[in-house]
Parts: sequence; C-alpha cells; structure tokens
Amino acid sequence: MNPVLVPTAPIASAERFGAYRQVTIQAPEIAASARPGQFLNICVQPGGVHILRRPFSIARADRNDGTVMIVFDPIGPGTQWLGAREKGDVVDIVGPLGHGFDVTADPGVDIIVGGGYGTAALSFLAAELEARGGTVHAIIGARTRTRVYEDAVLDESCASIAVVTDDGSAGVQGLVTDPMSEMIKRFAPRVVYACGPMPMLRAVAAVAAEAGVPSQLAVEEFMACGIGVCWTCILPIRSNGDLKHARSCTDGPVFEGEAVAWA
Amino acid sequence: MGVDLSISLGGARLTNPVVTASGCFGSGKEMSRFVDLKTLGAVVCKTVTPEARLGISPPRGAETASGMLNAIGLQNPGVQAFRDNDLTWLAERDIPAIASVGGQSVADYVRCVEALRGAKGLIAIEMNLSCPNLEDRGFMFALSAERTAEVTAAARAAAEVPLFCKLSPDVTDLVPIAEAAVGAGADGLSLINTTLGMAIDPLTFRAKLSTGTGGLSGPAIKPIAIRCVWQVHRALPHVPIIGMGGVAGVEDTIEFILAGATAVAVGTANFYDPAATETIARGLLDFCNMHGITSLDEIRGQVKIEG
Repeated sequence: MNPVLVPTAPIASAERFGAYRQVTIQAPEIAASARPGQFLNICVQPGGVHILRRPFSIARADRNDGTVMIVFDPIGPGTQWLGAREKGDVVDIVGPLGHGFDVTADPGVDIIVGGGYGTAALSFLAAELEARGGTVHAIIGARTRTRVYEDAVLDESCASIAVVTDDGSAGVQGLVTDPMSEMIKRFAPRVVYACGPMPMLRAVAAVAAEAGVPSQLAVEEFMACGIGVCWTCILPIRSNGDLKHARSCTDGPVFEGEAVAWA
Repeated sequence: MGVDLSISLGGARLTNPVVTASGCFGSGKEMSRFVDLKTLGAVVCKTVTPEARLGISPPRGAETASGMLNAIGLQNPGVQAFRDNDLTWLAERDIPAIASVGGQSVADYVRCVEALRGAKGLIAIEMNLSCPNLEDRGFMFALSAERTAEVTAAARAAAEVPLFCKLSPDVTDLVPIAEAAVGAGADGLSLINTTLGMAIDPLTFRAKLSTGTGGLSGPAIKPIAIRCVWQVHRALPHVPIIGMGGVAGVEDTIEFILAGATAVAVGTANFYDPAATETIARGLLDFCNMHGITSLDEIRGQVKIEG
C-alpha cells in the first residue's frame, strides 16, 4: 500500500523503556498496512533548524486501535525533541515506508538477531512469524542492561531468547554473533533476520553466510527524504555480478545479507 | 476578476510557475504518491548523462543548520533509459516535463540533447552546468563565461525545445556568466544550483560526506538565491529565470518573483514535506486572490529597495 502523509498524528502514549523512548502514535491509515521492517519518517522540531525527517523502524502496528509504535534512543537533537513529546502532542509522520521483511515462505524455524533498540522491530516480526505458525529463536544484545529491548510480545512470540551484553550486566557477556553459530547448528533456521547497528549487521550476515543460511537485514542509513528521490541513502548491492547503488528507503530498508557489498 | 498564473518559459507555456528542482523530485513517480502532479507547472527531472552513472560512495548526505549537504555524483540510468521510462511515464499522464542534462564535455551535453529530440511531453531542457560533485570540479562549466557560452551554443544548435542554463552561485560575478549563456542562445536561466559546503564530525574528525565537500541546499541558502536572481534579473530583465534555493512555501515563492523570477522550483523542501509542491501551487492562487494580484507579471522584479 502507498505511504501517506499524516501532518497531525496524536501521540497516544510516550514512555520510557530502559534507556529508550517508546512512543505510540494514532495513525489508523498507517497502522492498517504497516509491516515489520518498514519505517516511519517523522518531522522533528517543525520549523526549526533541523529540517529533515528522521526514519524510525516500526516496532508495532495495532490495526484495532489504529496505532503504530516506535522505539528510539534520544541521542541527537532530533530524537531528543521527539523524546520530549507527551501524550496528546501531535507529530507529522509519513509512512509506512520501504519494503518490510519477507515472511512469505512456508512457516518454519527462524532466528532473529537484534541489537539495541533494533530489537523492537524484530519483536513485531517475531509476533508475525509466530502467528503464521513459525518457531522463532532470538538473540538480543546491547551495550548494557538498560539498552536490551525485551518486551512482553517478544517473550510471548519466541521459543527461546539468548541475551548478550558488552558489559555482562544482562545475560552473557559478549556479542550477538557469539551464540549464533551454535544456535544455527542446533535449530537449522530457514532465515536469520537482523536489525541493529551496521557493524553488527555486517557481522551477522557473515556468520549466517558461513553457515549457509540466508539473512535479511534491516539497515540504517542517513536518509534525507525516505521516499526515494534524494539518493543519499544508497547501499552498495551486488546483483548478478554488477555493483549497484540501491536506495535503503525504497529498495530496502531490508536487504539480503549476501547481496550487500560491504565497504 | 480571475487570477491567471500561467507563464511562458522561453516559449514553453506553463499553467502555473511552480515547478520542481532537478534532483529533488526524481521524475515524479515516487512523489505522485503525495502530490497531484497535474497541479504543477512542470516536473524538472533529475539530471541525466549520456551513459548510466553509479554515483559516489556513501555517506552522501548530512543535515546542517536549516539545510543539508549532498554529494550524489549524478547517479542516473543514462539519457536513453530516462527517455524510455521516465519521460514516457510523464507523457502518458500528460505532465509537462523539463529534462535536466549533464556531462563533463561539450559532446556529452550535445549527445544528451540529441537523444531527447522528439520526446513527447518534453517542453524544455535544463543544462546542469553547475553540479558541484563531479570528479573534476575545476571544470564545472558555470565557473567560466567562455565555457558556458561554448557548451550552450553547441546544445542550442542541437535542441528543438527551449534551453535553460542552470548556473552556480559560487562565482565572483554571476552576471557575465548569465550574459554569456543568453548570448550563446539560452532561452532562460535556472538560478541557483547548490553552493559548495563542508561539514565535519567533531568526535570522529571525519568529513560528513565521502567526498569531503558537497552541495548545500535548503532554507539556509535562500538569501543567496534571492540575491543571484535579483542581480541577474536587473542585468537581463527580459530573460526568464527559474528561481530556486530554499523555496518551502508561498511566501518564498513571492519573494523570488519580487526578485525577478518567472517560475520557482521547489527542491529540498520535497524531502521533508512531500506535499510541498502542490501546497505551494494551490497556496499561490489563494495568495494572489487575497492580495488582488491578477497576474504575477504585476509583481515580477518589483522589489522595493529603500535608500
């Protein structure tokens, strides 16, 4: 379905989730078709010096109450502005944008690998995979305990969840790639789905490729427009041996790990 | 009395003066999800070159105060694929198209112009003489009156539609370059392209663009654009100018017309407000009705400078 521009979407709830902000927005026309892996492009500081929208992965879409949820780290001026919005405030959003994760194969066993708030989009995906009759095993990681995103939906949708942190403050100390090889051997997944920082995605794709398992990665690139016209968010992709510059926004943001030509 | 917003761009008739800035609107397909293209004067397409170009490596963009930097490097599918796919798509919808052509030699421009001969729905060609992100920036045509004249004359001889030259603000004196373009046969001018800028991440010490420098656009450059349009219009009052640089609303549009622009192109605003072009086109009509303006000819170039 086509994305829509909703200039005044009310915030239904805004709360803390560990170090992150979790914001739910009333936008029935977006919630109606939003899928895991797609994103919203949100205006931050309207009329201010930060003119560009910021992209946010969709962490939940509730068709019944017409809401979409995002989870983010209020780290820069744009995300801090958005993080200061409260219930009842309105935001200007465009979505749903991009292609989501491909879940059209027959239900089977899958592994999801999430880093930081990137896990939020995978929680949405896990729920969809589980609803389709699949079995989902999760590896979720972050720098520290307050940055691990583990919500109730993830707990309910996954058959197992392995937690890793850089500092060992939650789960096992290490990186998300540490338990990957063994879990792939044990569960023989069809696909590894991942969302998180680019260096993590690159490492996840390498481990999956090594084990001969296809991966789908939701990438994060600088985007000026998010709607396919500015060509700033390109990712180098190999297609039939040729190098191609694909747009993360409209050709992605989900790409097959083996197609990405990492710099 | 009804308002007539129609304009002439070197003989090409447009129903209204709101067009799109090259490189900020694709060829309209993606944007048609957010705007009714029929409400626009024309779609100015992203620059094409004789052969396909991959463009430069990321990172290609960075936000700056009230603006942004970009360095795309003219990624495009080549003029023939553009004609077959993009121009055909626009023509099927009866949307007037202005192609933008680029290159690194006079022959490149001539090849593009020749490849566009007879294209249905093509009402004009914009010569992008001022892309700041090519390998040899020193050879940017719009930095020199002589080279601007040379490439314009060659393209003029090959073109069968009005020709607009898009110039750079990054010169000591824009007027002689504008005069050279017009003297060599340009039917009008597009002012301005992005201005060269740079941004550095203070934590990593890295330039924010892979090329180091890139083109600055958005509201941050509007005063520069207004100044350029005003200077050139004063020197060449009968030459149509498509004004651009930070146009985000109706007031900006009026400002450009008061400086001397005939049409106004919306660029970076499309990125953050996908409906901007249609909003401005419709808003312009309301503005004219409200202020008793029946034609933009009444206010074109009518800026008052006290003292």
